[in-house]
Amino acid sequence: MNASPKAPAPPTGAGAGTAALRVEKLSKRFGRLRVLDALDLDIEAGRTTAILGPNGAGKTTLIKSLLGLVIPDSGTITVAGVRLDGSPEYRRRIGYMPQIARYPDNLTAREILAMVSDLRGNPAGTDETLVNELQLEGELDKPFRTLSGGNRQKVSALLALRFRPEILFLDEPTAGLDPVSSSVLKDRLLRERAEGRTLVLTSHVMAEVQELADTVVYLLDGRIHFRESVESLMGSTGEASLERAIARRITARVVA
Amino acid sequence: MNALTSGSGRQGGSDTLKITRYQLRDVLRSRWILLYGIFFVLLTDLLFRFGGSGERVILSLLNVVLIGIPLVSIVLGAMYMYASREFTEMLLAHPVRRRSLFLGLFAGLSVPMSVAFVLGTALPYLAHGGGADGGWVPLAFLLGTGVALTLVFIALSFLVAVSTEDRIRGLGLCLGAWIAFAVVYDAVILMAIYLLGDFPLERPVIALSMLNPVDLARILLLLEFDISALMGFTGALFRDFFGGIGGRLAAMGALLAWLAVPFALGMRSFGRKNF
Repeated sequence: MNASPKAPAPPTGAGAGTAALRVEKLSKRFGRLRVLDALDLDIEAGRTTAILGPNGAGKTTLIKSLLGLVIPDSGTITVAGVRLDGSPEYRRRIGYMPQIARYPDNLTAREILAMVSDLRGNPAGTDETLVNELQLEGELDKPFRTLSGGNRQKVSALLALRFRPEILFLDEPTAGLDPVSSSVLKDRLLRERAEGRTLVLTSHVMAEVQELADTVVYLLDGRIHFRESVESLMGSTGEASLERAIARRITARVVA
Repeated sequence: MNALTSGSGRQGGSDTLKITRYQLRDVLRSRWILLYGIFFVLLTDLLFRFGGSGERVILSLLNVVLIGIPLVSIVLGAMYMYASREFTEMLLAHPVRRRSLFLGLFAGLSVPMSVAFVLGTALPYLAHGGGADGGWVPLAFLLGTGVALTLVFIALSFLVAVSTEDRIRGLGLCLGAWIAFAVVYDAVILMAIYLLGDFPLERPVIALSMLNPVDLARILLLLEFDISALMGFTGALFRDFFGGIGGRLAAMGALLAWLAVPFALGMRSFGRKNF
């Protein structure tokens, strides 16, 4: 498979090595449940960060806070140098691929793409390579309700990527995709990173994280349990797979 | 790359229109909006065939408008809002104001539903000659009131759907609201009049009628058709109060408030919601 380590982040892009995203003392409660607990996090520009953790650890809430979909109780989020305050302009610079793609039943994928493009002011220079790579052309004029789960995911990927955003948020990007499409998407994500974009993803497939991510942020009970580069995780534990390395890292913490 | 996109001073209003345009397309292609329009066509047509005069048709349609439109509007409104949940999340990850999106979703449903009702009723009505001899006046009042109820109950359904995460619970609340306004309210008023008939109830009953959009719509229509006797016990009283310009304006104002307040609360809730 793709065993070669990811190329070092090029010096171009949104300033590699600096924080593309800064989260400070972020807290969020849903009723009595404390989902995020004074969380601090820097996400490096030009790298791929995987946000992992058990169900209910706060992954989705964290990503949705970064997108402005969830409004935190306290704390600040700075995305690409702009402090989030509810104004929508910074979202020009981000792309989001949600876990579930459910869009208006009677619109075609092409209409949904056109609608989003309209809302973004029909920018020139959109990237449509994924349409061919994912063999989506034949699906674009069918009503959305008739598309299979995999094809819906592909439309979502296209929506997230075609406007060439600086920062990409991907929630389980390959879930529901066939192996070929999944590989195509992963190659694309590696290319995005090579071009200096910042990627934030969640996944339950550790092989995928190992393949795509530079850094793992592991959440537990709304806090960061650990944050470590994939390289160092593999090196320090001596395990052959990231899955085992993470498991070892967690149990080591619990014992210690 | 980002310099290619238009400036940052774009108006929320134009986003609302863009969203409305696509939502309209989606709703107009759906089967249920067609069925809703056809229902009014068939009903009006049948009433003419069996009932005869335009006035009697209007009276028969009146109850459908007062009971049916609120039910369909509040249920479809909630289902539409819940079905748009993931789409809403996706759109909000793009540079769209929540206010624009809320307005666009509202217009995208309320415009086709109003048009389906207005065309579905007016076309057969006029085709049967109901508009002759000033017959279009009661029709216009019926259509206006029906559209007002459509907007009020869609606004209520949006408020419920935005502030209630659980879909089943939200739909239950919507049905409960409809039953309260369309059925329980009347029963309570009748009970109060029966039990407290010896007391001067005029003012409390008029005040209470302001609390129910269905009742407000009914009062406005019945007064217009000069059949307030049908309202029974309080008919004369209502005619005295609501019959004048002041009373009629009060009723219209109250109905408008029934649109404005749930709409504003829904929009505020949408603006603060955690998606």
